[in-house]
Amino acid sequence: MSKSARKLIGTPLPRVRRVLLGLIPVLLMVAAYAYFSHQRHIENPMDRLMPGLSKLWAGLQEITTPDKRSGQVWLWVDTVASLERLGKGLGAGLAIACTLGLLMGIFSTVRALFSPIVTALAKIPPLALLPIIFIFLGVDESSKIVLIALGVAPTLTNDITLVGQSIPRNTIVKAYTLGASTSEVVIKVILPQILPRMIDSIRLTIGPAWIYLIASEAISADSGLGYRIYVVQRQLAMNVILPYVVWIALIGLVLDYGLAALSRWGFPWAHAQKDH
Amino acid sequence: MSDTAGDDTKNSAVDKAARAAREAARLAAEKRKIERATEASAEVVTASNGRPSTASVPSTPLLDCSHVYQRYPNPKGGFQVVLNDINLVVPKHDFITVVGPSGCGKSTLLRLVLGSEAPWMGQLSVRGRPIDHPDRDRGIVFQKYSLFPHLTVLDNVVFGLELDGTWLLQKWLTWPVYRNTHHKRYVEQAMGYLRAVKLDEHAKKYPHQLSGGMQQRVAIAQAMAMKPDILLMDEPFGALDPGTRESLQITIIETFQQQDITVFFVTHDMEEALFVGNRLLVLSAYYEPEEPTQQGAKIVMDVPTPKDTRTSVKATAEFQEFIAEVRRRGFDPACRQKVSEFDLRAAEAVRKGA
Repeated sequence: MSKSARKLIGTPLPRVRRVLLGLIPVLLMVAAYAYFSHQRHIENPMDRLMPGLSKLWAGLQEITTPDKRSGQVWLWVDTVASLERLGKGLGAGLAIACTLGLLMGIFSTVRALFSPIVTALAKIPPLALLPIIFIFLGVDESSKIVLIALGVAPTLTNDITLVGQSIPRNTIVKAYTLGASTSEVVIKVILPQILPRMIDSIRLTIGPAWIYLIASEAISADSGLGYRIYVVQRQLAMNVILPYVVWIALIGLVLDYGLAALSRWGFPWAHAQKDH
Repeated sequence: MSDTAGDDTKNSAVDKAARAAREAARLAAEKRKIERATEASAEVVTASNGRPSTASVPSTPLLDCSHVYQRYPNPKGGFQVVLNDINLVVPKHDFITVVGPSGCGKSTLLRLVLGSEAPWMGQLSVRGRPIDHPDRDRGIVFQKYSLFPHLTVLDNVVFGLELDGTWLLQKWLTWPVYRNTHHKRYVEQAMGYLRAVKLDEHAKKYPHQLSGGMQQRVAIAQAMAMKPDILLMDEPFGALDPGTRESLQITIIETFQQQDITVFFVTHDMEEALFVGNRLLVLSAYYEPEEPTQQGAKIVMDVPTPKDTRTSVKATAEFQEFIAEVRRRGFDPACRQKVSEFDLRAAEAVRKGA
């Protein structure tokens, strides 16, 4: 017993078993939902809070077929609008964070200059900035993008700074003895070593970015995943809200797995090292 | 409080001594400059006579450290002097090994020669040029992190060769042409260096896929590809198991014998130091100070080592006796020689030769 218990720590699992294990909680959740939904419908056949499968299916139909008035597919329109905002916001935040973080990671002067303010900005909940952003930029697209960018940039900057600092000094000295100039050290030694870990940081940032996106869409928008959820909330349309929430989770999952795969494919050396 | 004050007076006394030494160093440096000029003209004469220059012909020393001091800030305040008046002249094609008790400043001296650190006082120069920052003249093999983890073995060696002064942007814009001309040539050269350390079959692997010994072989090839004036090695084989270690020792001896290179090899393993090098430096802070305030390591021994490069030599009585002698003089805190008693035979030989 104790021998096999010891094997529980640190032993890698075969792929199939890993995937199957991961599915168990999902199935349990679905089962629990089905059970409680069924119970509620026995008490009250008109229950709207936990719609049954047939109602969920009807909700799904509603959001995936063209709307009678506008001819638009809700889910599609909202997804495109949200992902566009997310992409632009993350892109802008990333551009700021990469530039600043790289410089701060490499040059101690730049680090001393910006480290306090970046850390302070990272402590402000971005949603507290939302009114300011709305006042300055109005309530249209740009304010949502700016919120996401401002929300993710400070934390991401600090992350990238740390990664930059963690590159062994020996490697840099070595590059100099091989005849590299400072710019060559940055471009050929530091940057490539930062990239895979930057992807890790981005993966962790996607979560907060969604929060800012959904929050800003809830307050003011004419399309978007967050907008739709808040609109149908008034009609208690749980059969639309739930598919939307699951859809958001799926998009997040795909983004996360996609980035992980990109990192493994582009930087095989960075992943093999973790085994040691 | 009184402790700090004591430290301060101590330090100021050291300061004073060091200032005097700095002045002496300046004079000595000037004198050497004149000597060097004469030597240079002598060399020209020899060359015009058509005679090949031999060991008997004096030349500019490859590495010249004169009155080098180094100190670091002490966490308790004040400074800790680590190196005290290091004087060292290294001719071309010398294989110097440096040993000493741990923390005596071996690696500090190496960093000063590398240029990644500046001395508190004194001058270091290579071929008469003052050392300013790490550059191509001095190659380095560290114990760890010598290789770029994101590059394959081959690319690690090509890395330096490819830094040929062409701008990166130009390289990228003309990549199809560059790859078939310059890059191709560098790859061939790099493969040559990898063959020399018997790693050409592993060229496409990443460093993490190699054993520690193989990684250090790549690091040697990577440094040698630059044809540096001096190859600096900071406990390069310290993390390897004994068998691998010995085979790497033979690799570096072979490299030294086949190529016109000077090696500066820091190690804590005495056997290794005697075996690979041809001149041994013992750095130690255990000596009878001339003034009570004197602190920091000095070169307490500078002697030629046995020339035998068979591994069996390590087992002989003479070899072991030599080690015992070095241990007594450099590593035993109880045994304190006077500064005038230091065994500096190799240094004197160099001076006579120069």
